[in-house]
Amino acid sequence: MQIDEARLKEIIKKVLTENLAAAAAPAADAPAAAPAPAAAGEVFTKDTPCNLKVTEVGEAQKGTVANEVVIGLGPAFGTKQTRTIIQIPHDRVLREVMAGIEEEGLSCRIIKVYHTSDVSFIAHTAAKYSGSGIGIGIQSKGTTVIHQKDLAPLANLELFPQAPLIDLDTFRQIGKNAAKYAKGESPTPVPVRNDQMARPKYQAISALLHIKETELTDRNKKPQTLKVEFL
Amino acid sequence: MKRSKRFEALEKRPVNQDGFVSEWPEVGLIAMNSPFDPKPSIKIENGVVTELDGKARADFDMLDSFIADHAIVLENAEEAMAVDSLEMARKLVDINVSRAEILRLSLSMTPAKLTEVLGYMTVLEMMMGVTKMRARISPANQAHVTNVKDSMVQIACDAAEGAYRGFNEMETTVGIARYAPFNAMGILVGAQVGRPGTMTQCAVEEATELVMGMRGFTSYAETISVYGTEPVFIDGDDTPYSKAFLASCYASRGMKMRFTSGSGSEVQMGFAEGKSMLYLEARCLYVTKGAGVQGTQNGSVSCVGVPAGVPSGIREILAENLLAMMLGLECASSNDQTFTHSDLRRCARTLMQLVPGTDYICSGYSSTPNYDNMFAGSNWDAEDYDDWCVIQRDLKVDGGLRPVKEEDVVRVRNKAARAIQGLFREMGLPEITDEEVECATYANGSQDMPNRNVVEDLKAIEEMMAKRVTGVDFIKALHRAGFDDVAESVFNMMKQRVAGDYLHTSSIFDQDFHVFSGVNAANDYHGPMTGYQISEERWNELKTLPNAMRPEDF
Repeated sequence: MQIDEARLKEIIKKVLTENLAAAAAPAADAPAAAPAPAAAGEVFTKDTPCNLKVTEVGEAQKGTVANEVVIGLGPAFGTKQTRTIIQIPHDRVLREVMAGIEEEGLSCRIIKVYHTSDVSFIAHTAAKYSGSGIGIGIQSKGTTVIHQKDLAPLANLELFPQAPLIDLDTFRQIGKNAAKYAKGESPTPVPVRNDQMARPKYQAISALLHIKETELTDRNKKPQTLKVEFL
Repeated sequence: MKRSKRFEALEKRPVNQDGFVSEWPEVGLIAMNSPFDPKPSIKIENGVVTELDGKARADFDMLDSFIADHAIVLENAEEAMAVDSLEMARKLVDINVSRAEILRLSLSMTPAKLTEVLGYMTVLEMMMGVTKMRARISPANQAHVTNVKDSMVQIACDAAEGAYRGFNEMETTVGIARYAPFNAMGILVGAQVGRPGTMTQCAVEEATELVMGMRGFTSYAETISVYGTEPVFIDGDDTPYSKAFLASCYASRGMKMRFTSGSGSEVQMGFAEGKSMLYLEARCLYVTKGAGVQGTQNGSVSCVGVPAGVPSGIREILAENLLAMMLGLECASSNDQTFTHSDLRRCARTLMQLVPGTDYICSGYSSTPNYDNMFAGSNWDAEDYDDWCVIQRDLKVDGGLRPVKEEDVVRVRNKAARAIQGLFREMGLPEITDEEVECATYANGSQDMPNRNVVEDLKAIEEMMAKRVTGVDFIKALHRAGFDDVAESVFNMMKQRVAGDYLHTSSIFDQDFHVFSGVNAANDYHGPMTGYQISEERWNELKTLPNAMRPEDF
């Protein structure tokens, strides 16, 4: 499939502008179910910088220690795309997930998955590379899954399908819960959130972001170990 | 620029919160009539298709091969393909051309051919087509029954109310995947309390869904997804052949199932190969047909934001429903997932299926307020129940629901809550408290429900599934708990597996467990006063609103 990069950017920009305009407009008829996704007082926009540098340092190896969680990232994460669908910069996403894992006393490794852009398969791959058998998969637009290596690929321990509802606090809880599963505990799942208006607002842009991420997949490329630097 | 007050007012309208994109045919962001869609063609040599829609057999991908080998009736394919596409479009609208005659031709046409035929039609003409081509004579409706807390008590109550209001099928899913078995039990019990014979399912990961089906937690399955391009299939570790195998697993247990597809999924997943959404959906439906599956849930479904964002997208959704019917498939015609902030748009979108009637107009209608809809919101929710009933009454159409009285709904909800409470007690599962029963009886949504101990529930589910519990255990537990009538209904649902009559296209049960399907209750529409006619009894039910003023009261 041929992708016209300039055209894609133009459409993404257009949709973003429309969504931002819509979000800024008073929403008299909009339901009040969904709390504001950003942490208190913090607003992310398309101009919020992403202070993240990811470097591939060779093919990922399967873990041998049980006290680790592996985070699998989508092909565009931190490089071609640097913010989630609600503009949270990728450095902040990773910091929160890693902090959640570390709070539970576990270590984490980060890999970039190339053979698929499907979040379930990314998470399942991460789980298979994880010494504990627990992995987290994160798409560039923010959709996230906590997985366990012995489950069917499209099953999961916890699924966060609505990227527009995943805020920093949720990312931290995802890290914490993944670490708890890795320790053999049965944590209370991160509370489920639901916003029926996420689709009308975000599905078209979500399609564009995912097309762009999928363009970077490479069926023959094995998962890569990532060196992550917060700038 | 000095702002126009008119434009400022318009900006605040709900419709302007929706996301729209312009067409982009090269990546498949186009609803119908793409310049890149293949031209219809078929070549058959010695009973084998050697060319399909402009592609030689050597160039077939796995979908082409599957479709060419299994999905097209080859006997009169050359005759059917020779019918001019515009002429075929006219036949669809013509009341003097029977459904059988259309099927004789359409079942021998190729995906690109049916796509081309529908490209000539307006929505009004397609609605005429649906009126004629729907498999079952009477329309019906399906509900979603979920909540954000995964409370099985609330699910039982909403299912009971939904069945009582008239849904023939009901579907649950989960917030937390591991809750699936409890949610399936909640909807099963609630449905049988509300109206015996209401079918239920639990939409989760395919292996889990199959296990629950085999063990009698559910009575049908729907969430078996097929896609219109090879890379999307591969992305899900699947092929048309593996899906066909999965379909046969359900059939082997005498269990109804349908595939799911819908426009926009291939674009959403990044692999549309530059074809229109309708053409790719046509390929999905041919895969469904080729797998021997009786029906489909289609009409964009969960990717509805994609076609709804491009021009003619809502027309395309109707076209794909009609295309399914032209393949003789049962059509659960979506009208489920939210796609707009605008009440006007969501109603206009639904009239396309509500007015002609489909096998299941919504698939499904949220039986809870939308904040509890774990399919990420439906186009219709519990707070629209009265609107739906009034629209049926205004237009004299049967959308599957009926007006109900508050005291009756409270009664069936309370019985459902007590039945699931008794079932849990008798099976040694975590307690359902009297407080939960009381809250669920009167609840509008999960905001009115107490929290459960999630960790304890998940542990109990793991143990229950390890003990290989089946529907028979539910029947025994309901009997021990004193709910003999509910136990008998659940038993009857299991018995249907052995009879297998409900495997026929477009089946539903009445409250006495009689099957009505495209076989014994086939659509015979051929003009005014034929096909489905609302009986006097049914009209009395539909038109009697509890709050309508009566002349004799004055």
